[in-house]
Amino acid sequence: MPAEPAIVVSDVTHRYGERVAVDQLSLTINEGEIFVFLGPNGSGKTTLFRLLSTLIPMQAGEVTVLGHKLHGETSVVRSRIGVVFQAASLDKKLTVAENLAHQGRLYGLRPPALGERSEALLATLGLTDRRNELVETLSGGMRRRVELAKGMLHEPDLLLLDEPSTGLDPGARFDLWDYLQTLKSQGVTIVLTTHMLEEAEKADRIAIMDQGKLAALDTPAALQASVGGDSITIQTDRPDILSQGIRDRFQCEPTLLDGTVRLEQPDGHQWISRLVEAFPEEIQAITLGRPTLEDVFIARTGHRYWNGEE
Amino acid sequence: MPTGLQTNVSPIPVVLTLAERELVRFFRQRNRVVGALVQPLMFWVLFSLGLRSNGLGPAFFFPGTIAMILLFTAIFATISIIEDRREGFLQSVLVAPAPRWAMVFGKILGGATIAMLQALLFLVLGWLTLELKSSVTEVLMAVMLMAVISVALTSLGFFIAWRMESTQGFHAIMSVFLFPMWLLSGSLFPDEPGSWLTLLSRFNPLTYGVAGLRHYLRFSDSGLSVDALPSLAVCWMVTVAFAVIMFVLAWRIADTRTTGDLL
Repeated sequence: MPAEPAIVVSDVTHRYGERVAVDQLSLTINEGEIFVFLGPNGSGKTTLFRLLSTLIPMQAGEVTVLGHKLHGETSVVRSRIGVVFQAASLDKKLTVAENLAHQGRLYGLRPPALGERSEALLATLGLTDRRNELVETLSGGMRRRVELAKGMLHEPDLLLLDEPSTGLDPGARFDLWDYLQTLKSQGVTIVLTTHMLEEAEKADRIAIMDQGKLAALDTPAALQASVGGDSITIQTDRPDILSQGIRDRFQCEPTLLDGTVRLEQPDGHQWISRLVEAFPEEIQAITLGRPTLEDVFIARTGHRYWNGEE
Repeated sequence: MPTGLQTNVSPIPVVLTLAERELVRFFRQRNRVVGALVQPLMFWVLFSLGLRSNGLGPAFFFPGTIAMILLFTAIFATISIIEDRREGFLQSVLVAPAPRWAMVFGKILGGATIAMLQALLFLVLGWLTLELKSSVTEVLMAVMLMAVISVALTSLGFFIAWRMESTQGFHAIMSVFLFPMWLLSGSLFPDEPGSWLTLLSRFNPLTYGVAGLRHYLRFSDSGLSVDALPSLAVCWMVTVAFAVIMFVLAWRIADTRTTGDLL
């Protein structure tokens, strides 16, 4: 049975003054999947998040969320999605339970359902014994859990998260993904943005964003397979000469990136010995790896992942 | 604007929950509570003592001090919208399905309630220390008028604060706009028919609130006749119009986005 689309983005463009943040973007997110927008800062993923979360109004194009138009049926969309912002959205002067109570009423929840739902979430997220503590006394990881509880309080069918792992230690990050997997198993569609490559690998599908455009969209495995074979990285003092030498001798096309020479070839281990024998003077270090999402990013955009930083 | 479509979220709990939040936050910040009480009290005592030679005593300055309490508390309560924005709380309110006017009114009602609580406390102080000749009905009408003034001033504060990025910017507005507004409301200078100051004060909506309070709160030694002041009917009309217009402006401006949303 084909999955229903949870979000359909058609030809969306968004500008801040002259700068184009999202450029004629079109894509479809399926119901029940964990979907990641991956890209460096400034790639347009956060703008897209703000559009999807209804925080900023649409300028051009069309978005349908759970069958409702984002522009025109905003209230309906708002009541069916949960939003977890990158910046904290908790009132620090209030307790955990008070924050949830206010949030619930903003979404039309009433007692006793509000209390039951809130208690259940606190229990799931291990916050029950913190319920009466002021948010300002909680650790960053705890606060993120309260944010999650806030986002899931009205039982949305779709959860949007902007950079949810930022500032979390590895343990808290693990817990976060554990919870997201649980939500997924309950049928909730999860859409998140991240600039962390290792985080994106946990998604069902990844949209790689670069300069407001979609650079690639597929499952992590398919994206990695698309690069072809293994990736070989060579450190050298004279990258130009080495890459020319490799080109002349092996008739293949190495790429130059930040003073390193890179090759993508099947049977990488055989290439290592060939290269070291051919250029013993030039090669300082040579590493062999499976293609990572960073390799995918480089292959699709022609520049290094972190170069896109603003 | 992408709001306004029917939603199943009823507005009353939204208004109440946001108003409640304002009150809880206010009472958890002790220095705000103390500051809000001590400052007007100090002004009242100092003006009364300092201008005694002009025949103006505590009874004359009493309604004006109420106006000051309402103005400053209401406005300081709503500039917390700047904090709400900076601390991120606001963005989660903005993406909730509740109607936008209910969100705005919740914030305003919260601020207005804080202002009212303090003004009522001051009213009790006046009743204890001065000779109040007003009837119970007059006092109740004064309280109602105070409530309308607080909504007007809190809405004004909301309107000013919505587009501000920092509380620092607010201090400029405070000194060049809000403080003169209080000075020119008949709170400090008694009416002198024909003087330009009095004429100017007639263009200030707060004047009508203060004049209304002078009508209702009659003290035995106020040293002032209310005959020259705008009539009660005019005071009510202007004050209610002030409140309605300011609320509509606050609601309208809350439908616009500012870059501060993009934290």
